Amino acid sequence: MNHRGTCPPQMYRYDSYDHKILDERVNQFRDQTHRYLAGEISDEEFLPLRLQNGLYVQRLAPMLRIAVPYGLLSSQQVRKLAHIARVYDKGYVHFTTRQNIQLNWPVLEQVPDILAELASVEMHAIQTSGNCIRNTTTDQFAGVAADEIEDPRPWCELIRQWSTIHPEFAFLPRKFKIAVCGSEQDRAAFLLHDIGLQIVKNSDGELGFEVFVGGGLGRTPVIGSSIRKFLPKQHLLTYLDAILRVYNRYGNRDNKYKARIKILVKAWTPEVFAERVEAEWEHLKEGPATLTHTEISRIKSFFTAPDYQSVDHAKLDAQLKTLGAQSKAFSRWLERNIQPQKQLGYASVTLSLKPAGVAPGDVTDLQLECIADLADRFSFGELRATHNQNIVLVDVLKSDLYELWQQAKAAGLATPTIGTINDIICCPGGDYCALANAKSIPVAEAIQRKFSDLDYVYDLGDLELNISGCMNACGHHHVGHIGILGVDKKGQEWYQIQLGGSANKNASLGKVLGPSLARDAVTDGIEKLLDVYIENRLDQESFLSTYQRIGIEKFKERVYGSTS
Amino acid sequence: MAQLLKDYQVVEEHWSIVDEQAESLPCGNLLLSVSQRQQFASQLKQQDGKVGIWLDGNAEIEEIVESLLDLPLIAIKFPKFVDGRGFSLARLLRERYQYTGELRAIGGIIRDQLYLLRRCGFNAFQFAEGVDLSEAAKSLDDFSEAYQVATDQTIPLFRRR
Repeated sequence: MNHRGTCPPQMYRYDSYDHKILDERVNQFRDQTHRYLAGEISDEEFLPLRLQNGLYVQRLAPMLRIAVPYGLLSSQQVRKLAHIARVYDKGYVHFTTRQNIQLNWPVLEQVPDILAELASVEMHAIQTSGNCIRNTTTDQFAGVAADEIEDPRPWCELIRQWSTIHPEFAFLPRKFKIAVCGSEQDRAAFLLHDIGLQIVKNSDGELGFEVFVGGGLGRTPVIGSSIRKFLPKQHLLTYLDAILRVYNRYGNRDNKYKARIKILVKAWTPEVFAERVEAEWEHLKEGPATLTHTEISRIKSFFTAPDYQSVDHAKLDAQLKTLGAQSKAFSRWLERNIQPQKQLGYASVTLSLKPAGVAPGDVTDLQLECIADLADRFSFGELRATHNQNIVLVDVLKSDLYELWQQAKAAGLATPTIGTINDIICCPGGDYCALANAKSIPVAEAIQRKFSDLDYVYDLGDLELNISGCMNACGHHHVGHIGILGVDKKGQEWYQIQLGGSANKNASLGKVLGPSLARDAVTDGIEKLLDVYIENRLDQESFLSTYQRIGIEKFKERVYGSTS
Repeated sequence: MAQLLKDYQVVEEHWSIVDEQAESLPCGNLLLSVSQRQQFASQLKQQDGKVGIWLDGNAEIEEIVESLLDLPLIAIKFPKFVDGRGFSLARLLRERYQYTGELRAIGGIIRDQLYLLRRCGFNAFQFAEGVDLSEAAKSLDDFSEAYQVATDQTIPLFRRR
C-alpha cells in the first residue's frame, strides 16, 4: 500500500466499454486459436491474426509481445506480469526498446489464457506486431519533466483508443509507429517514427501539434519531415485518419523493404505528401471524429497530479548531500539514476535493468514484484517502461531516496550507470530472434565487463551505445553515439560499428566507421574509440560533441591503422 | 450454384464476372472491370441483365465515382487478404460518395476480416470455394462496440460514452 495515502496511480482506467472491447478481443483470438489448432485456418491466414495479438513464432519458441501503452504501468499490472512470467513462462520478461514487454517462452495453446489474465488488469497485446498501428510511445518523464510544454499521456491515450481495432487500418502496407513529444528535450525519439507529434503552442497560446511523418530506423533510416506546423488539438484524430488513409491507399505493397511510409514520403517529397494529406483531410475535418472538449477533459482527468506534499526541499537536498558524502555508492547512484522534477522536493528514479551478465531489459518475476512494491511504497503505485529498457519511478520524495536505493540495490536494480556506456540498448538478437543475423546480448555483456571500472565509466560521461542484431534496428543502432550492427558474412557473425548517431531533437544518423569486426575484436575496437575521445575532448565535452567536432577520421585510423 | 454471404444471409450468386479475355458478353447480370465497361459500351445497351463494376485496390475512385453511384453492385477485389486498400475504398464509396447499392468484397478475403469489412461498408462477401458461409457469418459481429467512426457507426464512442 502507498504509505502516503490511497491516491490511485495516475493513469487511464477502463470503463465498461473498454472492458467489453478487450474481452471480445480475447474471445475472438481464443476462437481463432481453436480454429487454427483444429486445422481450419492455414498458417498463412493465421499469421497476421496472431501477430496482431502480439504472437511471433521465434527461433526457439513463440514470443508474446505485450503492449505497455506509452510505457505506463501500475504496480497491480506489474504483479500480474510477474505471475504470468512464473506460471506461463520461465520466470522472466524482457522490456523492449518500444516500451513494451516480451515473454520469450509462452505456449500457443495458453496464449488466450495469458491474454485473459492481462485483460483482468486492463492490459493487452493488441497490435503489438503486424502491419498495423502499433503502441504509441512517449517520454518516460511525462507529467513531471521540468521542460514539459504539455503532458503527452492524455494524447497518447486518445491515439491508443482511436488506433485499437481500427476497421480501416488493420492491413497496412507495413507496420506503423506513432510517438508524441510534449517537452523541449526529446526523450521519445519522435523524429524516428512513422508519425512524430510534437506538442506546441501557437502565438495565441492554443495547444496543437507539429506533425512529422516518414521517420524510422530499419534498413533505410530516415529522420521525419514536418508536414504541418500547427494542427489544432481537436483535429488530431481526423488528421491521423487522413495520413493513414493516404498511406493505406498509396504505400508500396509489392516490396516489404519499400513499404514503410518513409519511402512514400520520400518518393512523393514531403511537400506533395502534405498536399495529399491536406486534400484528404478537407473531407474529414470538423467531422464527428473531431475531438470534443468533454472528451479531452475526460481523458486528462486520469492524469492529474498526485497528492504532492509541500516539503522543505532545500533541507532535503542538504540531507541528500550529507548521505552522498558518507556513501560513494549512493552518491554515484544519485549522480546517474536520479532526475530532477518540476515538483520541488520530488525526483524521478531510474531502476537499471542493465547489470552486467544479464541481457539488457530482462527482469525476473521476483524483481517485478520488488519493483511493484517499490512503486507502491515510493511512487504512488505507478511506474514507467523506457525506450532505453529501464524502469522509471516518478514522484519519489527526496527524503525516501536513500531507503529506495537500499531496497533497489538488494534486488539488483540499482546499477548506477544510467546514460553511460554500460546502459546499453540491445535487442534480443540471435539468441532469441528469428530475424537476427548475429547475437547481440553477448556483445553487450562483453562491453559491460570490459568497462566495469565505474570511475572510468563516469569519466566517459554521457554515452549511448546501441546494439542491433540485424538491420531491422530494434536496438536503435543508427541513433547510438556508438552503434553496433550485427551482420552475417558467409555464416559468420560480424559487427559493423557506426558513430555519431543521436535520437534527440537534433536527431542524426550514425556513420559507418569501416569494415565490420569479428565478435572478439569488438570490445578492443570500442576501447580504441574511447581512447581517441579521451585524448581529443575539450573540458567537459561529451563523446558525441567531440566526434561532431573532430570527425570520423581519427577514430577510423585508430581502429584500422593508418588509412594512407 | 455458387453462394455468397449478403446482409448476414447465405444467398445464391446471381452475377457472373466477365472473363478478362472475353470478346463478347455472356447473358445475365454481369460484373465488369472499368475497362470492360468501356470496351463493351455499345453491347451493354442491348443487354437484359444488370451491370456491376469490380474495382482493384489501386482504383482512383475520385475520378470515376460519378459513373459508379447508380450501379446496383460494386465489388472491390482484394488481391491478397493482407492487402488492405479495399477497406479505404469502401469507406470512401459509402461515406464520402453515399453509395447505397450492394458493396461486395471479392478475392482473397478471409472470415476473420468480416467484422472490419462490414464496418467499412461492405454488405456482401464472396469467399473461395469450400468456406462454410453460415459458420463464417459468425465473425461479422466479433465485436459489439468500437472506438472509431466508420460506415456502421457515425458517432465515435467518445461522443456516446
